[in-house]
Amino acid sequence: MNPTVDALRATFGNAIGRGLESCGDTIVYVAREALLDAMTWLRDTPEQGYDYLVDVTAVEYRDRERLLEVVYQLRSLARRADLRIKVELDPHGDLTVDSVVPLWRGADWLERETYDMFGVTFRGHPDLRRILMWETYAEGYPLRKDFPLRGRFSRAEQVRQALGANPEAHYSMEELSIAEAYDELPADMKERLRHGERGKLPDTE
Amino acid sequence: MKRVNETKEVAGQSPNYLLAKFQALVDWAVNASRANSLWPMPFGTACCAIEFMATAASRYDFARFGMERQAFSPRQADVLICAGRLPFKLAPVIRRIYDQMPQPKWVISMGACASTGGIFDNYAMVQGIDTIVPVDVYVPGCPPRPEGLLYGVLLLHKKIKGESLFDRVPRREEQPLDDRGLRLPPEQIDEISEPFGNSVHQFRSS
Repeated sequence: MNPTVDALRATFGNAIGRGLESCGDTIVYVAREALLDAMTWLRDTPEQGYDYLVDVTAVEYRDRERLLEVVYQLRSLARRADLRIKVELDPHGDLTVDSVVPLWRGADWLERETYDMFGVTFRGHPDLRRILMWETYAEGYPLRKDFPLRGRFSRAEQVRQALGANPEAHYSMEELSIAEAYDELPADMKERLRHGERGKLPDTE
Repeated sequence: MKRVNETKEVAGQSPNYLLAKFQALVDWAVNASRANSLWPMPFGTACCAIEFMATAASRYDFARFGMERQAFSPRQADVLICAGRLPFKLAPVIRRIYDQMPQPKWVISMGACASTGGIFDNYAMVQGIDTIVPVDVYVPGCPPRPEGLLYGVLLLHKKIKGESLFDRVPRREEQPLDDRGLRLPPEQIDEISEPFGNSVHQFRSS
């Protein structure tokens, strides 16, 4: 077994779940409360030195007994070692984990994608919005097992909503960095930004 | 439908003979000019665009058919070639491009995905671009070989040469989206988007 697993157990005790080897990769399950501490420790401890976050994604299994897993793939560039961290969440319960953006800036879009596709909320993420689907997408989270393959709406409704989108609205308020200038904007632009550039957001108001 | 306007009788001839001859001459000249100088607007989104590039390159060379100048601006284009799958996110974009093209304009739907959604019978993909813009020629294939696209272009030539300036059909009028924001009635969109072939057997939970 990878010595990192034993070191993690020695440091975090019960927060570390089972560890296993699969196809030469080491997988460690971590309790969600301890995730941020464990990741910080893995990155900052010199013997570990997992300084590169390769990917963040999630898995929901067909087996309904199994929990939804958020997967973090780590790599130590100096030691040329890989480690996979998994956090188990109840797919019908609270899908919230701590964001690792404070540790790796590169997690920003990866966590946005996981949020977009699975509906996992990353606490502390600076800008948690959809990234692949458009902002006004109201059908849910496409890679969840309870999501029908062809979407929830009829094809006509999907076409109608798609054609109603504004193709020139590429930028959100955050991307334009005009939040500071918001008070000086003309009234119509304020109104537009309040409802989202591409139309009314499904969750607001 | 009434083809020609009322005219006075010309001595010894059928009343509309000369006018019909004249109209045929005008149609021939106009249609030959249009068909032989089509300027394509490539809308390449996937692997079909690779075949499209091969069609434009020297080996297949659709410049032979008057498509020498590719218009990368819709304002100077005659034929929109949608090469590849179209996700819902791009639907307003292709509609905007189509609306920006001046009349007369035609659309070629290149490949299985642009024509029907193809293997992407899922939540993210438009099931045939004819739900978004009117299509003149569908080129089948996944992706079609350059010969296939050339054949589609030649079919389009044939179609253009069959048009008449003097038809009262509102063929060359802009058809904006209706007040529901759709091009076709919703029932029709649902019907042409229905799964067919292998995707009838495609299931997932729910």
